[in-house]
Amino acid sequence: MKNQFEKSRFRLLKKSIIIFFLIVLTLLVLYPMYWVVISSLKTNSEFLSSPLAFPSELQFENYIQAWQQGFSRYFFNSILINIVSVVLTVSVGAACAYGLARFKFKGRNIIFYTILAGLLLSPQVAVLPLYKLLVRINLYNTYWALILPYVGFRLPFAIFLMRSYFLSIPREIEESAYIDGCNSFTTFIKIVLPISKPIIASAAIVTSRFFWNEFLFALIFIEDSAKYTIPIGLSHFRNTLTTNYTGMLAGITIAALPMVILFLVMQKQFIKGLTAGSVKG
Amino acid sequence: MFKNKYTPYLFILPALILILIFVYIPIVQNFYFSFFRMNSYSPGQTFIGLDNYKDIFQNDIFYTAIVNNVWYAVISLIVQVGLGLVLAITLESKLLGKERKFFRTIYFIPSVIAIAAVGLMFYYIYNPNLGLLNAVISMFTEGNFRYAWLGDPNTAIFAVIAMSQWQFTGYIMILLIVAIQKIPQELYEVAEIDGASSFQKAIYVTIPQIKEMILVTSVITVIGAFKLFTEIFVTTRGGPYDTTQVLGTFMYKTAFFYDKMGYAAAIAVIIFFITFTTSVFQIKFANKGED
Repeated sequence: MKNQFEKSRFRLLKKSIIIFFLIVLTLLVLYPMYWVVISSLKTNSEFLSSPLAFPSELQFENYIQAWQQGFSRYFFNSILINIVSVVLTVSVGAACAYGLARFKFKGRNIIFYTILAGLLLSPQVAVLPLYKLLVRINLYNTYWALILPYVGFRLPFAIFLMRSYFLSIPREIEESAYIDGCNSFTTFIKIVLPISKPIIASAAIVTSRFFWNEFLFALIFIEDSAKYTIPIGLSHFRNTLTTNYTGMLAGITIAALPMVILFLVMQKQFIKGLTAGSVKG
Repeated sequence: MFKNKYTPYLFILPALILILIFVYIPIVQNFYFSFFRMNSYSPGQTFIGLDNYKDIFQNDIFYTAIVNNVWYAVISLIVQVGLGLVLAITLESKLLGKERKFFRTIYFIPSVIAIAAVGLMFYYIYNPNLGLLNAVISMFTEGNFRYAWLGDPNTAIFAVIAMSQWQFTGYIMILLIVAIQKIPQELYEVAEIDGASSFQKAIYVTIPQIKEMILVTSVITVIGAFKLFTEIFVTTRGGPYDTTQVLGTFMYKTAFFYDKMGYAAAIAVIIFFITFTTSVFQIKFANKGED
């Protein structure tokens, strides 16, 4: 009896130590974010005089100011580019993934490996020729200058993800649709897509995170500040509003919030898509 | 079943065309550009063979950049993969109950925030006069601690690297947790019958079972280290005195600051070779893991 009692006491001690370290790490993760949020709710002078203190009065005006000084525009641009890019990536990608998963045709393997190899290519290596191309075809400094390269670079991932899902769907479901008189397009749209909702959601969320956060293309392919996305707008803000610290911190919070909320709400799909993709950035 | 032999191509072509135009052709062109002297505004270009590459290898900034990329890779391997692994094993151990979900979620949050936002966040955290870090240190020391973490060439690159560890350790941890969850429970039961401690179970069961995922995450981390751009651009822009340049920012500066497109393309080729060869490893190991 005594032995068992000591064993469980030892276990409790071990658990307490581990929990203690996990809590320390939790604070290390959360405190910087908490600091940004409380600082964004201070007046500038309060922030300068006591950087650690809690604001004496919450200054929500900082958010209104940041919003009016450009963030509403950046937000709109980011959302627009995101929606169009995600819809294109997922729809074009799903069609391609279905074609690769279900049909036998000449050149299938070559096409599949060409697309798969696209996963390995980093945007940095394409950015200069893309810039020249976009200037030449008059798309430079338009929304399409971001949308088209975004779609091109995320398609391999989306196709890879959806193809393996389509392969796991039993063929019989589609065969009965063909017997009912569907052709391959109507089968794809009416039968396959509806039962593939979970994987489409994963693909959409993960590509959306990528587009929302993308920096390099957005920096180089857009010149006009009215077309900036949020990350570029933020970095531009830093250069123009060097002394309005709290407004800047409000901007950071506005930029970070949507993805954090999306993650907290759709954790499952988020992690599923990420682990299937295993590509950072 | 599929009467028209062109039907499959109708499904595939839109995606294939987009990938070819916006991914493959530019990358091939980039190789071509790297043999020319050219700039973005004037149409003229002169073939100069390998001169751009020769110039790069004689440029001090190139070596600074490589060293910084390597530092980033090494530290990220130790912290993101090493600490990430320790955290993954700890959070999946039987010792913890429902609280594991809470910690898992918290640790992952930084990785969903845009790098630009995290970069600016730390730009303020590291600020010598009003930043969080100096304010916290000042609480424990006498007087005002005012150190320019990003302004001092000795610490700037490490300050940026530290920021990335803060952001991405939880991400690697999640990938490892997913792999751990796929390990059959029987293996642990057998180990328990043999009287294995939780440390022994980690060493002899967990780590060998998730070997592939450890390799994949290591490769992702190394590739990430050589693709580095945004983290540097929003915090130090490569300064002070080019001490925090990495290959990505070096390329950007050469192309858009000095307007030497061919030269920048040659830097991009070097990035390509480093990331591509590392990626080939990833695919190899990732496929192995799926079999």
